[in-house]
Amino acid sequence: MSNIVIEKDVAHTQEHGHEDAGSLSVFGFWIYLMTDCILFATLFAGYAVLRDSVAGGPSSVDIFELPYVLAETMLLLLSSITYGYAMLAMNRDQQSQVLRWLGLTFVLGAGFIAMEINEFHHLIAEGYGPDRSAFLTAFFTLVGTHGAHVLTGLIWMAVLMVQIRQKGLTNTNATRLSCLSLFWHFLDVVWICVFTVVYLLGVV
Amino acid sequence: MYKQSSIHSSAGTSHGSSRSYLVGFLVSVLLTLIPFALVMFPSLPRTVTAWLVVALGVIQVVVHLKFFLHLDTAQEQRWNLVALIFSAVIILLLVGLSLWIMGSIHHNMLAH
Repeated sequence: MSNIVIEKDVAHTQEHGHEDAGSLSVFGFWIYLMTDCILFATLFAGYAVLRDSVAGGPSSVDIFELPYVLAETMLLLLSSITYGYAMLAMNRDQQSQVLRWLGLTFVLGAGFIAMEINEFHHLIAEGYGPDRSAFLTAFFTLVGTHGAHVLTGLIWMAVLMVQIRQKGLTNTNATRLSCLSLFWHFLDVVWICVFTVVYLLGVV
Repeated sequence: MYKQSSIHSSAGTSHGSSRSYLVGFLVSVLLTLIPFALVMFPSLPRTVTAWLVVALGVIQVVVHLKFFLHLDTAQEQRWNLVALIFSAVIILLLVGLSLWIMGSIHHNMLAH
């Protein structure tokens, strides 16, 4: 009898340990995001210093199309709320709903990346590639780094959707979903800074 | 039941409700459309527009932190907030001092 009690106790503490590990993972991921913030801050500082060094090439007013950027922004913003609904479905333990909302988030994120690649392609085809001036180098580095993050998030999301389909909404997958949630919303926050500092202040 | 409760506690950050996500989304749309409209259809002086755009951007970042990242002053989130404030200080120093230094160099060596 006492054996059973002890076993239960052990199982209980292990379960607790696992829960703590989950929230510790999310906190650790938050710390990583803070270091990522600082990476972006250095790129923003570089951009702010170099934005007037156009070397006779185009300046920001000449190459930015605000309606296009507004559409990109809306895609990313929509993908933030659809990911939020995926998290709410996770809290209700509804696996198919989680997968549906994640799928929608993936499509919106992929649309954002497609628009950004199209913008870059357009600029490079016109001869305004990152080699044209220090301003364009800084622009491509900053916006490209954000795009690379979004692309990484998309790959992560695809892998996570397969994992959820195979293993279900286990504790491990719930922790992964929480981390990706932070990552995805964080990228939207960085994009707010990008469209404010780069696009809007570049055209104003 | 047990499984559900462990999912709840493993998230590490507090959750929003459907309503809080929707409010955050609508406010963000508004805070995006206003600065774009201000720049695309200029009606105010340039410097006023620029400062308004920056102010609205800062407000939207705060809205995202509150409604999407669910950051608040709750006890279990204290360290998330501390880490964020620490990063904000570092970022302010990094960006502010870089701009100051490079502005001085530009002023002293190139412009004159």
